[in-house]
Amino acid sequence: MLNIMLLVLLVLIALWTALTPLLLRAAIGLALTSVVLTIIMFRFNAPYAAAFELSVCAGLIPVIFISVISLTHRLPLKEFLKRREDRLRRFWPLPLLLLAVAAGLFFVRIPLNITLPWPETIADVRVVLWEYRRTYLFGQLMVLLAGVFGVLVLFRGRNENER
Amino acid sequence: MSAEQTLLFWQYASTGILLLVIGFYCLLVTYNLFRVLIGLELLIKGVTLFLLAAGVISGHSALSQGVIITVIVIEVVVMIVAAGIVLGFQDKFDSLNVKNARELKG
Amino acid sequence: MTYLLLLLPLAALVIMNLLPGRFRVRSALLITGAVCIIQIGLVLVHPTGFWDRLIIAQLEPVLGFNLQITWLALVMMAVAGLVSLAALLVAAALWQREFELLNFSSLLLIALIGMNGIAMVNGLFQLYIFIEVTALATFILICLRRDRFAFEGVWKYLLLSVVASVLMLTAVGLSLIFSPSSTFLALRATIPLAAGSFLPRAAIALFLSGLLIKSGVVPFHGWLPDAYQAAPAPVSVLLAGVITKATGVFALIRFVAEVTGPAPVYQVLLLTGALSVVVGALGALGQTDVKRLLAYSSISQVGYIIMALGAGTTFGLIAAMFHFFNHAIFKSQLFANAAALEARAGSTDLNKISGLGGRMPVTSVTLLIGSLSTAGLPPLAGFWSKLAVIMALWLAGQSLYAFIAALASVLTLAYFLFLQRKLFFNKLSPELSGVKEAGPLLLAPAVGLAALTVIIGLALPVYWLLGGR
Repeated sequence: MLNIMLLVLLVLIALWTALTPLLLRAAIGLALTSVVLTIIMFRFNAPYAAAFELSVCAGLIPVIFISVISLTHRLPLKEFLKRREDRLRRFWPLPLLLLAVAAGLFFVRIPLNITLPWPETIADVRVVLWEYRRTYLFGQLMVLLAGVFGVLVLFRGRNENER
Repeated sequence: MSAEQTLLFWQYASTGILLLVIGFYCLLVTYNLFRVLIGLELLIKGVTLFLLAAGVISGHSALSQGVIITVIVIEVVVMIVAAGIVLGFQDKFDSLNVKNARELKG
Repeated sequence: MTYLLLLLPLAALVIMNLLPGRFRVRSALLITGAVCIIQIGLVLVHPTGFWDRLIIAQLEPVLGFNLQITWLALVMMAVAGLVSLAALLVAAALWQREFELLNFSSLLLIALIGMNGIAMVNGLFQLYIFIEVTALATFILICLRRDRFAFEGVWKYLLLSVVASVLMLTAVGLSLIFSPSSTFLALRATIPLAAGSFLPRAAIALFLSGLLIKSGVVPFHGWLPDAYQAAPAPVSVLLAGVITKATGVFALIRFVAEVTGPAPVYQVLLLTGALSVVVGALGALGQTDVKRLLAYSSISQVGYIIMALGAGTTFGLIAAMFHFFNHAIFKSQLFANAAALEARAGSTDLNKISGLGGRMPVTSVTLLIGSLSTAGLPPLAGFWSKLAVIMALWLAGQSLYAFIAALASVLTLAYFLFLQRKLFFNKLSPELSGVKEAGPLLLAPAVGLAALTVIIGLALPVYWLLGGR
């Protein structure tokens, strides 16, 4: 029961994130979504993934978003109110759509008809990553390196080029 | 495979699909670059849920955790680069509205 | 030794960013060029059993990356080395600033690692990781000069790329339910076992649509012309020549070749391929920007590759790889020509530049060779691969698609003739009277690649006549 409540909470927070008119609140909503996801992961025996989700997705990404939001211009109040009305017009179908999809999914119980793969022989994520899936780690390293150059070009490059 | 696991699969899959619906809706109706980023994040959250469900149902939680960790690392770097692009867009077009940039066409 | 092709660029990347002092830029360019040349050399000439050998056996526990080298991987890596070298030469010719050159070489090496990874990995999720590495390096490369257009073009690319990633990851998630891991081997074994379930079909459909978005074939082609047009000249050589091909079409080829899907997969490939061939060619007809025209031509040519793959036979696979190779060669050459035009005439807009044939003879001749090869005129290399594609379709019993492929060549010829006439044979616009031919560094890649097109085109029939396979 608690699991289902968590899943529903996840969808509700995500919906709020999409609907809220303030960008700052949307970034916070994203962090909350990640926190709920972390709890779900933790309850389902995935503690390492949960730790990553909590520190990176609930911690780092909102920080990046909020710092970029603070670097961009703020809209004047009048403009903001106009936008908010406009947003309301564009977003009102979303909750209805969600309800419809959820109702549809509630009745879908297509059986999976599969035999599950044999149980896992190595149950430790550290061993899996370091011994058998080293390409994952190498790929992560490369992605992070690309990220370093991304920061160099996109953030430091702002001053470099616009002098 | 037991009925219980099928039920579990559909609970997770439904939640994942609902998150994907919210994310895609965000992408389709917004013009603000930042909103689009938030929509993309919601999409990735839905997918993470799928990957978690795969681990729970098949019992291969170590492998699925490895996959989720990798996805999270890739996600954060993509978001950093995307945020940098949003900043550059703001510098050049003086706006966060995609409608203001329609110079490439044909 | 397979790990060599991943670790060599990485080592070069680290070394050149640690070098101090005045020769930093020059040595970075030299080191990157050397890595590309070593890669081409290793792929072309390697002793038997080289890839399975370990120099130091102690390295095995640390460096066992579970990579596999097939002939597909060898072709891909040769192409990656060749086009990267061409792009590097173009960058060295056009750019001077340390910031740009240094970051360009570094990101080029990261993209190279990504592409080598795509060529050699043995699993679905690993494929995704390296696609993402390459794509990330590309996003940054497009924004390297911070042009106004670049941010608009790259935004669309990034958006669709993340959507494609989401589809692909969902597929990985679904496949992990019925399969013990996401390696191709495990999938090949477990997909038939789970035939009664909708999971394998859903996983294949999702992964396939993700890869089709990344290849930029017709229902999903909106981002591609924008990204190509927005990219700075050397980056567009790289992007058009090899990166979108590696992350999209080549990954698709690997996926279809390794995880043999059910029959509807081939129908989808044939249909999207034929659509791209026709729509891409029609789109190219109305363009007034050289880079944009070439981008639409790219969509059309990718359609040929996908159609050949859709034939579903071994010959179809070979034809697809042959056309993939040729396309990388002539398309990067054409973009190198576009770079020369942009550098000398100041624009790639066909309404602003015309009649440059007398002013830029080398560029116009190589451009002619490249476009004739694209259109598939004998005896150039493009003719043989297009012939192979059409034959593969015919032999597989898809005569309708073979017919479409043959007819679309006429469209290709039409838009290239339009380009040639406008660009080189029209009257010279007066403000361009001072234009001179580009320098040797900028011409080298165009001339080299055009020569390759001619040599392959001429050598192939001779090779067949002499009794080769």
